[in-house]
Parts: sequence; C-alpha cells; structure tokens
Amino acid sequence: MSSEQKPFVTDDTQVQTETRDARMAGADDRFNSKLREAFGSSPFILTKFDKFMNWVRGSSMFMLQFGIACCSIEMMHTYAIKHDLDRFAAGVPRASPRQADVIIVPGTIVSKFAPRMKRVYDQMPEPKFVVGMGSCTISGGPFQESYNVVKGAEEVIPVDIHIPGCPPRPEALVYGIAKLQERIANGESSPVTVKPYELEQFGDLERDEIVDKLAEQIDEDDLVMRYNWADSP
Amino acid sequence: MSVEEQEPQEDAVQERSRGDELADLLGDLVISREEHLNAPGFVIRPDQVQETLFKLRDEAGFDHLSCVTAQEYEDRYESIYHLTKYDERTDEVSIVVPTSKDDPVSQTAEPVFRTADWHEREAYDLVGIRYEDHPDLRRILLPETWQGHPLGLDYDQDRPQIATLTEHANPLAQDSRGDEGNTMFINIGPHHPATHGVLHVETVVDGEQVVDLDPDIGYLHRSEEQMCQMGTYRHQIMPYPDRWDYISAGLLNEWAYARTAEDLADIEVPEYAQIIRTMGAELCRIASHMIALGTFALDVYGDFTAIFMYAMRDREIVQNILEDLTGQRMMFNYFRLGGVVWDLPEPREEFFEKIRDFIDDLPEALEEYHDMITSNEILQARTVGTGVLPPEVAKSYGATGPVARGSGIDYDLRRDDPYGYYDKLDWDVVVEDGCDNFSRLLVRMREVEESAKIIQQCVDLLEDWPEDERNIQANVPRTLKPDEDTEIYRAVEGAKGELGIYIRADGTDKPARFKIRSPCFSNLQTLPEMSEGEYIPDMIASLGSLDIVLGEVDR
Repeated sequence: MSSEQKPFVTDDTQVQTETRDARMAGADDRFNSKLREAFGSSPFILTKFDKFMNWVRGSSMFMLQFGIACCSIEMMHTYAIKHDLDRFAAGVPRASPRQADVIIVPGTIVSKFAPRMKRVYDQMPEPKFVVGMGSCTISGGPFQESYNVVKGAEEVIPVDIHIPGCPPRPEALVYGIAKLQERIANGESSPVTVKPYELEQFGDLERDEIVDKLAEQIDEDDLVMRYNWADSP
Repeated sequence: MSVEEQEPQEDAVQERSRGDELADLLGDLVISREEHLNAPGFVIRPDQVQETLFKLRDEAGFDHLSCVTAQEYEDRYESIYHLTKYDERTDEVSIVVPTSKDDPVSQTAEPVFRTADWHEREAYDLVGIRYEDHPDLRRILLPETWQGHPLGLDYDQDRPQIATLTEHANPLAQDSRGDEGNTMFINIGPHHPATHGVLHVETVVDGEQVVDLDPDIGYLHRSEEQMCQMGTYRHQIMPYPDRWDYISAGLLNEWAYARTAEDLADIEVPEYAQIIRTMGAELCRIASHMIALGTFALDVYGDFTAIFMYAMRDREIVQNILEDLTGQRMMFNYFRLGGVVWDLPEPREEFFEKIRDFIDDLPEALEEYHDMITSNEILQARTVGTGVLPPEVAKSYGATGPVARGSGIDYDLRRDDPYGYYDKLDWDVVVEDGCDNFSRLLVRMREVEESAKIIQQCVDLLEDWPEDERNIQANVPRTLKPDEDTEIYRAVEGAKGELGIYIRADGTDKPARFKIRSPCFSNLQTLPEMSEGEYIPDMIASLGSLDIVLGEVDR
C-alpha cells in the first residue's frame, strides 16, 4: 500500500474540507476492511485477505449512470457494443448512487450543478472512486474563462483518474478505467489536491458583502456552495 | 456560385418593399427604422410591444417568434423580437425595443407568443431587462441566488457567488403543494436516467397523474454566448458550436455559425465545399436521430436492450465515416468560414465505398427498427395518442424541427430558407400529423431515409467532380472585421429544429453580441402542455420524444 506517501497538500490553513480530511486520516480509509479492525493481529491472513478484497473490488465495479454533457455520449458508446466496457468488469451502469462504486464525471460542471454532484457523490457508499472524464473535469476545458463553470471536478470532489480529451475517445475511457482497476487492485489511492468548494451551512459562511445581501433569501441552516471565482485557477 | 449571388439581391429588393408595407401597417407604432441584414427592423416604444406584435401576428401573419435577443449598449438596453412565418420562412421582421439604462422595463410579449415566456426570462437572467406583466419573471439559467447579470456590460466575473442546495430540497419534506387534494411534489432530476442529461423537472402529481410541471434548466449553462463573444470570427468561434448540440450534430451547428458569419461578412462558399457540407451535415443528422431513437426506446422500454445497442451500432458506423472526413468522432471543427478545412480523405474511392456500404445497409437496419419499435404493440400502446401537441400550440411555443413536423407543421428550413446544396437535390420534407409521441418518432425515422437520399446524391456529385475544380475554401481575409452595427439573424435546420444565431458586429474582430436560438429551448417549453393531466410514464415518453439535449437548452 502506498499509505506512506504523504498526499500532496498546498496551503493547509486555507483549506479544510471534510472529504479531504477523511482521506488523509492515516492510511486511506477506503481500503481498511472491517476484518482488519476486528482481528487486528494475525497479519499474515489479513494481508492476503486485503489483497484479495482489493482484487475483487477492481474486478467488479459498478458505475454510476451519470451523464452531464458531451462526454456522456462517448461514455454511452463505451458502454454499448463495439467498446463494451462490460468486458473489463466495469460495465453495469447503476441508476442509483447507493449502488455504485465508481462515478465517471463526464462533462462540464457549472455553478448550479456542483452542489448536486457533491450530493450524489456523498450518497455513494465507501469505498468509492471518481474518474474525471474530459478536459472540463480537469480545468474547465474550453469553458475555463466562463462566468459559470467550475474549473475542474477536483474543486468539488476528489478525483482518482483524469482522462484528458474533448471528449476522450471510448478507448481512452477504457484505458482510464483499466488504470483505475489496476490501482484499486494494488490498493493505491490518489493524492487529494486542493478542493475549495464544499457544501456548508449558510450560517457558517464568513460574513461579507454577498452573504449580507443574500441573508434574507437564504436560511441560516440551508446548505450552500460558495464560489470564490477570483481564487480559481 | 451564380445562383447564390442572385438570391441575396432578390431578397433585398423584396425586403425593401416588404419593409415599407409593414411600416404602413404599423403606422404610428414605429419610432424609427433599422435595417438588419436578414430583415427590416422597426424600433418601437417599450410599452407598445404587445400591440405591435398582435398586429403583426394577426394582420400580417407573423406567427413564429423565432428568437428574443437582449443586449446592453453603452446608453441603452435593447430587446429584439425576431419574427417570421411558418408558411414563409424568408419573410422576416425584427422588432427592436429599446429601454432606458436606469430603468430597463419593457412590456412582455408572453400573451402574444407563449414562447416569449422563457426567452424573456433568459433575457432577464443574463442581461437584466425586466419585463412588465410577465407571468413568472425569475432566473432561468443561473441559480436564484446569483448576483448581477453576466452579459451586462459592467458585470464583474471575479465576484464570489453562492448557490444553494436547498432550493428543491428533500421532496418528502413538502409532500403536498397546492391547496387541495393529495398532491405530492416530486423532483425528477437533475441526476436521473430519464431526463437525458441534467434536466430537473419539478413535478406535482396527484396519484399517478401530473398536475403541474415545471422544467428547471440551467444545470449545464456553460455560457456559450460569452465564449463566442470572446472569440474572433475567423477561427476561435467555430469549435464551440460543436458543443451546443453535442449529440454528434456538430456539423449542423457549425453550419449555423458558418452561414450567419458568411452572410455577415459577405463570403461566397465554393459549390464543391457546399456539397461536402451538405453530406457531412446529413450524416450528423442520421447520427443524432439514431441516438434519439435509441434513448427514446430506452425511456419507453426502460432497459439497455437491443434497440439501444442497435442504434449505437449504426451510430458507430456514421461516426467512423465522420472521423475519416473530419478527424474527430464528435467535436469536428471541420467547417471554416468560406468552406471546409480539408478535402475528402484519400483514397477517395475507399471513402465513397464506405458511405455507400452504410447507405446500402440502412434500409435493412431501418426495417429492423420498424420491426422492433414502431410495429411493437407495447410501444404503440405507450406512444400513440400520448403527449399530444396540437399544431396551434406548437406554433405558439415556437416549436420547430421534428417536434413541429410531428404535429403536422410543414416547416423545414432546408427547403423553406434554402442554404447549402439542398435546393438542388431531390428529397422530401417529412410531416406526420398525429401530433403525438409516435408521430415524432416516425418523423425522425423517416428523416433518416431522406438524409440517406441526400447523402447518396452528394456522393454521386462528389465522385464525378472534376479534379481541378475541387475548391474547398473561398479566399477569406485572415482577420474579419464586419462593419460596425451590422446585425444579422440567420438560422439553419439543426437536428432538433431551427438553430438560429444573432450577431451584432461592432467593428472589431469579435462579435459584440452573439445570441444562440436553440431549438431545444423552445421545444422543451411545450413539455408542460403535453404532460399536464397525463400519467407520469407518458410524461417520460413525451420528454424522450422531444429529444432535447441539455447542452443546447442551457447553452
């Protein structure tokens, strides 16, 4: 396991987010089996068992049926005949996040959608993995200068695999999934980078001009996502 | 191209007299006149919008509000109503409504054309013009809590914004809405397999029946208009149209921009390039209709079964051909102003052979679809007589494309406002008058046949084209700077309907205002009309039969 590798973190004081903290707490939690907790000692069997579990995880992935934009068309082609992602043990799209292990983020994320995507991601059970498909999930892609586009999926949820392209070809997506499976089977997790946008209660936001303006419109305990466009890459 | 040269002149002569006629009709309502490249423009007072539009609709027959463009100038705001006719597309008129900078209030056009509802909401959202007496003037594309109007002149893009998650919170928390009956509020989407993307449908149901329905859009608002306003005419805009209607309809969208900009900058396209364009565009139409077919079957049957896979199989073939032609599977970026970027791939015989094989196999494939879909009793039971959209309603909402043609409206820009090579080819406009989900499906399937016919003829033409006359691009200056204050609105027949673009030039190499008229945006507006009072599964089928693509709805 690569748990000794320290995740890459930039400015710690600025960014404290729950998902990242969860991932940073010691070894990546997603790979700790309940059995390890229960038995603690007897490392030999459990090491093997963990390896086995990781292999199983990588070999049977349920994808979330999650279409956002252009890339989802290529994603459909990847699921359909000819490319047939199912051959690689990763082909059954699940309509509910509760049943899915992997979320492929296929497209541009805009301000109105980011909170919903975060919610969908939160609804998936651990261990969960994210594949960012296309340039938009890397940096905002061709829409990076837009007033409404979030500059990459990683600003909202942690991403394990990035697949560049606009859109990536189905072959590229298959390759990305295969790489993800390889990493899961090896028990590797990805470093978590800076992720400034988190759902938080409106009352917890620092008071400033825009918060004051919206105070009448939004309840204190409503969940909101605040976009600091000026700080975006 | 001699025929192309003559046409605009004829139009101009006709329009001049037409403009005078309309000026006589409108009389005192007109403050002053403008000349747009596509139509005469009349400036009117902001409190006489309805009067003017009623007059034009009822007395001059302008029954199609194609688009509403809003924009901000240094000294004023302006809404432009682009009117035309379903029966005669080339008869156009622009109604320009200026409003003051301090108090941008203008009368709503919603009582005249119901499609103005959403168009004006978008104008309010992005530009900031308020429409008096509008039934429901709130933001449509951006979150309700957004600050400022992003296409206004003084918008600061770096200001922080806040979006809430609770707008459409847990549906169980508010399980009744309205005053009486046991109604329940359901969110369908924005993440839902049946919404074809990130559409959110706020539905109120009474038992199994839809009582009230409100499509909530904007989950894919990528500010395409802003991106185009930031790009130069010559090269930087062309990649974006591919991403409006991204279901492989790229070339159709590119044509919308190409046509508008070519008319704006007065560029002639060589005939050879027009044939390549026509062929490519029709291939895209087939690819687009295939996915409409596959996902519609998916919606109705509810599983990733044979039909979806068959449709994808045929799409793969089209995509391979398009990849040979353009070098990309989806985001082609193949058109250039004045032509296309490169000639057909070598060896040409092989390429033609590939297309011919596809066209030859198509009847058999369609036969298969008809076996599985249209002659299937289950599907018939689900689609015949559901999602009824009468033609008058469709017109009032500005529906176009297969949605309009499925309601018996004989309207197709390829024939009614000819461009490219369509008017020299032999093909028919497909119209079905069932007005229901089944008709819309049939229209798409029959259009695939017509497209195949067009492609066949284009291939024949291209094959016999003399080798030394293969001119793929006109001579276009490196930097295009159309004259200041030239305005144009042009449309083409996209896969989903009338895809129009309004451009106002300001003398620089970038457009001052770039407005996209998306066919899906108008078509989606008809959903409440089709579904209210019907069963929920029929609503899903209607949504599928509209064949919306959210990239184009939200832009």
